[in-house]
Amino acid sequence: MAKYLLLKHYRGAPAPVNDVPMDRWTPEEISAHMQYMRDFAGRLEKSGEFVDGQALAPEGTWVRYDGEGRPPVTDGPFAETKDLIAGWMVIDVDGYDRAVELAGELSAAPGAGGKPIHEWLELRPFYGVPPTVTE
Amino acid sequence: MDEVLLRTLTPGVLGVLVRRGADFAAAEDAVQDALVEAVRVWPEDPPRDPKGWLVTVAWRKFLDAARADTARRRREDRVEEEPEPGPAPAADDTLQLYFLCAHPSLTPSSAVALTLRAVGGLTTRQIAQAYLVPEATMAQRISRAKRTVSGVRFDTPGDLATVLRVLYLVFNEGYSGDVDLSAEAVRLTRQLAAAVDHPEVAGLLALMLLHHARRASRTAPDGSLVPLAEQDRSRWDTAAIAEGVAVLQAALARDRLGEFQAQAAVAALHADAPTAGETDWVQIVEWYDELVRLTDSPVVRLNRAVAVGEADGPRAGLAELAALDAALPRYAAVAAYLHEREGDLATAARLYAEAAHQASDLAERDHLTRQAARLNARLRGGGDEEGR
Repeated sequence: MAKYLLLKHYRGAPAPVNDVPMDRWTPEEISAHMQYMRDFAGRLEKSGEFVDGQALAPEGTWVRYDGEGRPPVTDGPFAETKDLIAGWMVIDVDGYDRAVELAGELSAAPGAGGKPIHEWLELRPFYGVPPTVTE
Repeated sequence: MDEVLLRTLTPGVLGVLVRRGADFAAAEDAVQDALVEAVRVWPEDPPRDPKGWLVTVAWRKFLDAARADTARRRREDRVEEEPEPGPAPAADDTLQLYFLCAHPSLTPSSAVALTLRAVGGLTTRQIAQAYLVPEATMAQRISRAKRTVSGVRFDTPGDLATVLRVLYLVFNEGYSGDVDLSAEAVRLTRQLAAAVDHPEVAGLLALMLLHHARRASRTAPDGSLVPLAEQDRSRWDTAAIAEGVAVLQAALARDRLGEFQAQAAVAALHADAPTAGETDWVQIVEWYDELVRLTDSPVVRLNRAVAVGEADGPRAGLAELAALDAALPRYAAVAAYLHEREGDLATAARLYAEAAHQASDLAERDHLTRQAARLNARLRGGGDEEGR
């Protein structure tokens, strides 16, 4: 088994095909989108492939050590082009092909007009455990 | 309370229930219930015949559950259905269980989970911990697997090769959580070897024993990887090595060579060398030739290139490597090692860094990064007698 992280981005990912900001959707479209994500997680749990999933607030801050005795530096409230992660889901699947298949399925979540967003999701493998046999 | 004894009895008890006509999923649940009961009762009141006790309790649990499912059944049914009490039959259905749990209709991960649960007697929680997934996820994985195999007839002969692959997967998973999966895989393979007389089962058991024997020396206390040549050989488990070699020799004597026996032979030659320098690389190359013939696997060819590099020198190893696909996992690591031995430190450092980037586990990545850093420091230092 291999664990993968599926990352949803607020910003930083290529534009989706159905690129309408969520606040322009109808409330029903938003509900349908949320329901799709819940159903997706539920299906993964039933198939034994679900590990974890969380949503993240849109605003993040970059923080850096600024020297002995000084408070850490933050990047301030100004507009940024940095990537912003909207949330993640961790899956545990038999291999890369299955991970891609599931990411594709999640990317088909409905958006404006009830049509799939075709949102880009980032798929990142976790480091596995070292195999017992190597030499 | 001997938890391992309990787990050893599990497949036999499950086998009896299924043989008596219980469907697999229900029988498996009943056996788990009986195991929980045993953990509760045995410390105070140990049974004389543990397996017989488990069969009796598991069968009662099964009947209770079956009755709960069919409320219309008359109470008297139980009397008719309950078999005469007595010792469990000596005939063992364990082997059929192994086949069922490794059934080709299951995905590898489902087969592993089901084997650990039904043959290994582990709880769902223990398996979930070992694979670092939530218990609910593992419970679903196991119940799906049980549903998948529930239509399979229990007496259909299974595919031994599939069983061995599943056990090998378990072994390679190492350990996390409170169960050592490698040790569990050794135990299950030992049990299988007692039930079925086949040289490849023995070969797999030997392979596991030989690798398991060296495990303590494979990582430093900080978790970092120690390559074979630098391992403290005094920490190898000599009893396990001796057993592995004996099991392997008996298997090889039967002259039905298979993949696991050949791999075990390589492991035995490593285990046999008093120092890394005394490793019989020429013989190891010969075993890799056998493995190439048996499997034609590119990974085996890559390992063979390493052995050729040791037996005939790095230039010969690099020549072998040139014929292989550079996209193979660990190709860059092997190339880096051979280039370093040939004296081309700059190329080796670059390849180690590339290999680190491609590594699929952390200990390996860190090890390869250190190798690259070591060579880069030497290159910066200049005038190194081993540099070019």
